[in-house]
Amino acid sequence: MGRRWIVIALPMIWLGVFFLLPFLEVARISLVDPVIARPPYSALFQDGAFTGDLENYAFLLSDSLYINAYLTSIRIALISTVFALLIGYPMAYAIARAREPWRTILLFLVILPFWTSFLLRVYAWIGLLKGNGVINNILIWLGVIDQPLVMLQTDFAVYVGIVYTYLPFMILPLYANLVKLDGALLEASADLGASSTDTFLRVTLPLSLPGVLAGSMLVFIPAIGEFVIPALLGGPDTLMIGRVLWNEFFSNRDWTVASAVAIAMLALIVGPVLWLQKSMERA
Amino acid sequence: MTRAWFLWLTAGFGFVFLYVPIVSLVIFSFNESQLVTVWGGFSTKWYGELLRDPQILGAAWISLQVGVVSATLAVVLGTLAAYVLVRIGGFWGRPVLRGMTTAPLVMPEVITGLSLLLLFVSMERALGWPAGRGMLTIVIAHTTFCLAYVAVVVQSRLVDMDDSLEEAARDLGATPVRVFFDVTLPMIAPALVAGWLLAFTLSLDDLVVASFTSGPGASTLPMVIFSKVRLGVSPDINALATLIILVVGIGVAVAGVLLKRR
Repeated sequence: MGRRWIVIALPMIWLGVFFLLPFLEVARISLVDPVIARPPYSALFQDGAFTGDLENYAFLLSDSLYINAYLTSIRIALISTVFALLIGYPMAYAIARAREPWRTILLFLVILPFWTSFLLRVYAWIGLLKGNGVINNILIWLGVIDQPLVMLQTDFAVYVGIVYTYLPFMILPLYANLVKLDGALLEASADLGASSTDTFLRVTLPLSLPGVLAGSMLVFIPAIGEFVIPALLGGPDTLMIGRVLWNEFFSNRDWTVASAVAIAMLALIVGPVLWLQKSMERA
Repeated sequence: MTRAWFLWLTAGFGFVFLYVPIVSLVIFSFNESQLVTVWGGFSTKWYGELLRDPQILGAAWISLQVGVVSATLAVVLGTLAAYVLVRIGGFWGRPVLRGMTTAPLVMPEVITGLSLLLLFVSMERALGWPAGRGMLTIVIAHTTFCLAYVAVVVQSRLVDMDDSLEEAARDLGATPVRVFFDVTLPMIAPALVAGWLLAFTLSLDDLVVASFTSGPGASTLPMVIFSKVRLGVSPDINALATLIILVVGIGVAVAGVLLKRR
């Protein structure tokens, strides 16, 4: 009996102290004022009196920078998710239809990049997209363009980076769904005279909807808080909310506003996350 | 037939998209020219440059230490969490533990990093521990988010595993501790190896959480890489990337063979 409690207590205490407690800290510091001190914020209770207020949140609403970053994050995450779906769906479908040993090999090829450094794979796109980069050099050599295209430090580069990084997260749930698809349903549809386009649109696609939604959430949720990709590939005006939080903390050293940004970001992802959790429990 | 052709074409495009950046990293690591993307002849000079760069070597050493310690702690704690969630039913804290082991998986890194830093600062003020920030605080932070991944991997193995063997051992009079070490642990060992490798990779790769929780003198490899590539491409980073891809490729292949043999 005594040992059983140690087994339960160890992970509970670790996660309680280093996961749950930090959030209470963020919430607390988002309510206090910045001061020039170490640490750079005031106390929530002074002489027993509650001194917190929503000033930091009011500040987020009053400056268009934060609202823009919030909307930009949503827009970039949404568009990237759509492109990841458009590229990932045929890949997942092809893998699900492939015969062994090809299926295993293709799945392995999808997962392998995930194991190599994320930072370095994003860095690789700088070399591909920049003014005298690989893509521009090839296009000029082919005679398609005379002047290099401006691709790096644009929203386009951020879309490419996000789609590229999170594509495996789209493909794997889609594949798991499509591989279970009953071939008899497709045959029945064909026997009843449906064209293969009809069969796809009216049988395969509706049946794969849970996979589509799960994959989309797995791309959308991390894309919202992304920092590295907009910082390396985006332009100075590609302000996503994760980058704003980083700048508030590291450049402006305003820990209280950074905390308020964190809480605002949580509010944005809590809906999709809860939905994802529910749908995974159902599966 | 034409449709199948179209399917394989679009899927093929996807695979090209996944591998072109990696292949170009490797090719240009052997480029003589400083310009990275303009070919100036074959050369291995950037590898030599890399191996003589004390900043990168020092950061790599810190990252390796942090990775090994965090992955090991994460396997211990994550396995305990998974065991509690799958095998010990009905205690009050279960939903809380379940929430705390899945939430880190979807938490934006900037929030994890910021929140842990704020906690470390407050703890230092209140308790005097951890004194300052450096490798210890990075290890704590990495262990926390890695243990969630380990818990997922081990949980799925425990769920698939028949618990009749554990029951039999109990019926034959083994204590719960012996059942765990003699029966459960050997059966979930492949999941522990996979979980450790996953945690190690995640720790080695993390830039954001480490940047928030590290202190002066404890720059991890991703932090050094980030500060270098922020200023533009540099060929020695290509060489570093090629070495990492090589090590990971061999590691994944070996792990695949080992898991298949079981």
